[in-house]
Amino acid sequence: MPTNNTTTENTESIETTEKGLYAKFHLQHSNTKSSGFALNVDLTLPESGVTAIFGQSGSGKTTLLRCIAGLERAQQGHFMMKGEIWQNDTIFLPTHKRPLGYVFQESSLFTHLTAKGNLDYAIKRSGIPLPPNLYEQVIDLMGIESVLAHNSQQLSGGEKQRVAIARALLIQPKILLMDEPLASLDNARKQEILPYLEKLRSTLKTPILYVSHSVEEVMRLADHVVLMQDGKVATQGHVEEVFSQLKSPLLVNSDTGVIWQGKIIEQDDKWHLSKVSCAGSDLWIRNNGDTLGQNVRVRILATDVSLTLTYHEDSSILNRLPVKVLEIVADKDPAMALVRLQTKQNTLIARLTYRSVEHLALTEGKVLWAQIKSVALVR
Amino acid sequence: MLSASDLEAIWLTFKVATTVTVILLLIGTPIAWWLARTRSRLKGPVGAIVALPLVLPPTVLGFYLLIAMGPNGFIGQLTQELGIGTLPFTFWGLIVASVFYSLPFVVQPIQNAIEAIGERPLEVAATLRAGSWDRFFTIVLPLAKPGFITAAILGFTHTVGEFGVVLMIGGNIPGQTRVVSVQIYDHVEALEYDQAHKLAAIMVIFSFLVLLGLYSFQRKNTLWGAK
Repeated sequence: MPTNNTTTENTESIETTEKGLYAKFHLQHSNTKSSGFALNVDLTLPESGVTAIFGQSGSGKTTLLRCIAGLERAQQGHFMMKGEIWQNDTIFLPTHKRPLGYVFQESSLFTHLTAKGNLDYAIKRSGIPLPPNLYEQVIDLMGIESVLAHNSQQLSGGEKQRVAIARALLIQPKILLMDEPLASLDNARKQEILPYLEKLRSTLKTPILYVSHSVEEVMRLADHVVLMQDGKVATQGHVEEVFSQLKSPLLVNSDTGVIWQGKIIEQDDKWHLSKVSCAGSDLWIRNNGDTLGQNVRVRILATDVSLTLTYHEDSSILNRLPVKVLEIVADKDPAMALVRLQTKQNTLIARLTYRSVEHLALTEGKVLWAQIKSVALVR
Repeated sequence: MLSASDLEAIWLTFKVATTVTVILLLIGTPIAWWLARTRSRLKGPVGAIVALPLVLPPTVLGFYLLIAMGPNGFIGQLTQELGIGTLPFTFWGLIVASVFYSLPFVVQPIQNAIEAIGERPLEVAATLRAGSWDRFFTIVLPLAKPGFITAAILGFTHTVGEFGVVLMIGGNIPGQTRVVSVQIYDHVEALEYDQAHKLAAIMVIFSFLVLLGLYSFQRKNTLWGAK
């Protein structure tokens, strides 16, 4: 289980790593504006899929991304991507020599160009001939056909961000860096763009580093999660694993919940339900129009899980699973406890009052039933 | 209408102002760029030096330039080394003096326009593989264009309107340093009010039209710089 806090490889083995992304940065801000902030990371990241860099504001996640892009220069930095060195003690590739795409938090379109002019700016400079159909594919993926001729200032916030993502893709990057691409948008715009990002993650082979402070975005998009806290990596691992832990105070809040990967194995047309099999635990969810056999990701919030000592047939709850108590952790709210539970092969978290904990006499290792009130399909 | 010497003065003024504007755009742009983006402690002093001609009497500026460009001044010794002789009371002496005199009128609008662009568009361009020259020509120039146009107009008109510095450094040599403002002064001294009137009226109309054009241009664009 790769839940190590910081990787402790030595330099020699790093230099020979031909796979994955290796990032090590030490950066100290000395100006008074952000006095005391230091970034200290030493990470090896997977070379494919979406890696979310997740944390509260001020945790250093944007600074980490900017260091990787070369927009900020760490006093000590090493960055290597698939054996290609971007920065070490002697080398510092300027940003424009790094084969990356970058999507900024706020709209970053060039205001003196049209939407298409912005895309052409990237195409001209990518240094790689544009493969046939890529342009059409990207335009289609981001759904921006109708706004291409518009001046970039005329676009809505969501459209601007979709054009900016398309522009970053057309540079044909080896890695796509996204710095809270949805943070500057209101919730409706976020919901408008999220499906495009989901399409992106399933179509694109390019690895994506996605900085975010939103649990929802991370749960929907990420394969791998790096949890940042005070300029350091608090924990990292597969998204299911990171969110099934209660180690970091960041993970203990009203959003606490677990993510399960599963597959739709049965459709119930009479009740409009789908059965999802998640590593040996079957769940009934509302039929969202997904097809049989499709891989899905579901999220179960801790507040939607309750515990019973016996199997209750006489309940409106559809999903009941046998579980074993792994640990009981204090919530921020003194009345509440978070209980980590083991299902067949997954982890589940339930949020209960301490009174219930005592009433059910919960202790580590106790076996009982979890009732899951609601399961959200996140993808 | 206008005498031959009046026409000569107008032509000379135009030549001086055009030359100075071109030179100022070339040297003012890097200065403005540096002032807009540096975090150096020298930003304050350099900015103040550039702005000095705004507040100094032209005679003070002219006086020091006269000394510097004279046979014993550092510019004068340099030009003598190069075999050009000394610059005071020549066309190029006038150009050098005018460049200093009009510098703030060119640097400040460009500096403001570049500051208004901010860091972000340049960072974006860098992530799109644009090197520094590419970024300057494809991002900074188009976004700061209103600032550059304002700078060129102000540099040109301010040079047309100078008088004190010309007298100190250029004197009154026909075809060399006798620009319109000096010519008007000569007419008045010789009590040729008629001719002074004509030239003065031309100056007023020219300046008014240029400023009118500038302000209506700036109203279309944001004042001084890019949006």
